[in-house]
Amino acid sequence: MGPIIPLNAVSPVWAASLSPKLASRMQFGWTISVHIIFASLSIGLAPFIIYFTWKDVRTSEQRYARLRSFWVKVFAAGFVMGTVTGIPMSFQFGTNFPQFAEVAGELIGGPLAFEAKMAFFLEAVFLGVLLYGRDRVEDRTYLISSVLVGFGAWLSGFWILIVNAWMQTPRGYEMVTRNGMEVAKLTDPFAAFLTPRMPWMYVHMMNASVISVALLVAGVSAYIVWKKPDTEAWNTALKMAVVLLIVSAPFQAVHGDAYGRHVEETQPQKFAAMEAHYETGQADLHLLAFPKSPEALTDPRAENLVTVSLPAVGSFLASGGDFDAEIIGLNEYDENPPVALVFWSFRFMVGLGFLFIGLALWGGYLMYRGRLSDNTRYLKAMIAASPLGYAALLTGWYVTEIGRQPWVIQDELRTSEAVSSTLTGTEATLTLVGFVVVYVGLVLTALYTLKWLIREELQLLGVRESSEGRWHGPLPGVSDDD
Amino acid sequence: MTDSLLPVDTYLVESLPEIWFGAVLFALGMYVVLDGFDFGIGILYATRTDEHERETFLSAFGPVWDANEVWLVAFGTMLLAAFPRVYSRLLADNYLVAIGVVLALVFRGLGPELREQRNDERWKRYTDYAFVGGSVFAPLLFGMLAGRWLFGEATLPVVLTGVGLVAVSVVTGAAFLAAKTEPGLASELRTYGIGATLAYLSGVIVLLGTVVLTDAGGAADTVLSLPVAAVVALSVAVGLIGSVLARRGQYRAWLASALALPTLLTILVAILLYPTIYPPTGLLVREVVVSPLALNLVTVLGFPVLLLVLWYFKFLYGVFSGPIEGEGYGG
Repeated sequence: MGPIIPLNAVSPVWAASLSPKLASRMQFGWTISVHIIFASLSIGLAPFIIYFTWKDVRTSEQRYARLRSFWVKVFAAGFVMGTVTGIPMSFQFGTNFPQFAEVAGELIGGPLAFEAKMAFFLEAVFLGVLLYGRDRVEDRTYLISSVLVGFGAWLSGFWILIVNAWMQTPRGYEMVTRNGMEVAKLTDPFAAFLTPRMPWMYVHMMNASVISVALLVAGVSAYIVWKKPDTEAWNTALKMAVVLLIVSAPFQAVHGDAYGRHVEETQPQKFAAMEAHYETGQADLHLLAFPKSPEALTDPRAENLVTVSLPAVGSFLASGGDFDAEIIGLNEYDENPPVALVFWSFRFMVGLGFLFIGLALWGGYLMYRGRLSDNTRYLKAMIAASPLGYAALLTGWYVTEIGRQPWVIQDELRTSEAVSSTLTGTEATLTLVGFVVVYVGLVLTALYTLKWLIREELQLLGVRESSEGRWHGPLPGVSDDD
Repeated sequence: MTDSLLPVDTYLVESLPEIWFGAVLFALGMYVVLDGFDFGIGILYATRTDEHERETFLSAFGPVWDANEVWLVAFGTMLLAAFPRVYSRLLADNYLVAIGVVLALVFRGLGPELREQRNDERWKRYTDYAFVGGSVFAPLLFGMLAGRWLFGEATLPVVLTGVGLVAVSVVTGAAFLAAKTEPGLASELRTYGIGATLAYLSGVIVLLGTVVLTDAGGAADTVLSLPVAAVVALSVAVGLIGSVLARRGQYRAWLASALALPTLLTILVAILLYPTIYPPTGLLVREVVVSPLALNLVTVLGFPVLLLVLWYFKFLYGVFSGPIEGEGYGG
């Protein structure tokens, strides 16, 4: 006699736990995706905060005090979220990827400890002063605190990217046996810390953070200006953000192009995945690609796509001028990264990058004509674009990290070998679910917080909550924030 | 190039691995002392129903907790930099407890930050749950993690370590608040503080007694040694003197003695660990330390920064010294 309920029917529920390897990778990917948004928010907001604080202290103009107060609140909320999501990141090297932590400990432990001691303390201590100390310290100390907070944010990016760049282009070590395990022994700190990838990554990531925050500031400012066109403070913020975008967005494209060539030289497999280049030889450049069917999304082989391709231009770009350059294809490797994810993430990021350049140029033209704040279409476009910087930033990281697979340390340690051997699927799935639930709540509250702050600002500006759409009618002679 | 700057095959000083063992424990001690009183504030917060008093607690907590919490990251990353195997094994062997700590810290950190964002009773209640719950579970689970580090899988000692850390956090939290608040509230807080001191001291004695009887983690011999007896006797003395000072209303002196309790606790942990660094696995400090070049490098670059960090804290606590001013959280 068999069981009353066929076990086959319920087993998918009971056996729903994922493998420890898959669950660990999903958990790390998910937690880092959320963390990176808040970390880059601190980096990108830092120049704004320092500028507003400086102008506030120097000129005592009402508008700068307002902008400082608003964006310091956003910075503080983002920083708290960055802290609480950052601690799980460093824990997960040990909880989920202990083999990685042990193999790479000598190489990554130093930079991570420097990040904590040089950068995190600086940020956390002086943010305390920035948030609560306005009346307790002198103007100069207050201004210096804002600079130190910003400096700390940029310095933390420096140290963490030393770690990540080393994982992409590892150098300065040799493998030795210690306690019965093959581990990396530091032999040359200069080579290990200043890997070929490090400068590329740092510039690209810092600029990406600036672009993302410029879009966020522009979007929030555009919304408030849309509601209340004569606000001096928010027109200033909008202009500042657009100017920053005009500088940073085109720079990212030029820099990214050169960065791509560097990736082709140092991580040919990743480059081949980015371009879906399957056979070694001359590479075409797929300018545009559309899937013919849903299946084509997971299989980016060019034959399943409608592509607008420039023959041989891929070779030209990757080699810096040679149409016949031979580009290594994915056929050279036994195991490849999930090509589709890398291919589409790359296209998504680049496409958004060009959109940002377009928005920047449009804004520049309107500013030149002196019509930035009354072009409703532009304001609406900027409101819609406000989260897109983060979308580009995240997909860029997916290219970098998923494109490195199957390796966690390129050509040295596979991700699958780095996962804890004592971890069970049930434990890993349980914590994955926990992190998904908690972090979804966290992201939602971050968005609500921003919404409440904006609503509060509008109330301060005298925009009634019920008022729908754009401000119409005669403008008041003097604005509230003059 | 580096050969000329830093020795590659020998440690800068012979005892550098032991110095790093001390440095890692120092960072742990800073965390337990400083974030400990933050946890205490969060736990005592649950005893307040008056909105004004709650806001006062949050004002005491606001400017410093984030900087205090960074000591946890400093502890973890210094452990990774000097003893990577211990870092990986400790966290991987105690997976759920470790993840529990970070999730509790998420709730503890976000609660007060979010509370201020909305003027809505129900919202405040939920964010208060997050703050209090996180403040209870973070030290409980972190103490349990420390217990697993010292005693392996012996349940009772592990749980007692967690409870002990909660109790000592209440002591320092009560003393910190009492020193910074008005006399009426302070005298209520000292009642909790004294109770927690007695609970903590008896907890430590029961814990060590259990370890001696069951030889949990093979630590029985170490517990019966003179250094452990000295630290315990000192803790009892400090705890009792602190309670007397609290009774007399000498709150600043009470705070000084209260902060000595988690300091002594960290020293106790160091004694129980050394010369191994993860007793249940039997790993020795010397076996798992990184190579000379790597350790020399983090010493030369890291130690001056550590001194700078201590100066930051002096500055921060200087700016926010004295009675709590104003109310609430947020800039």
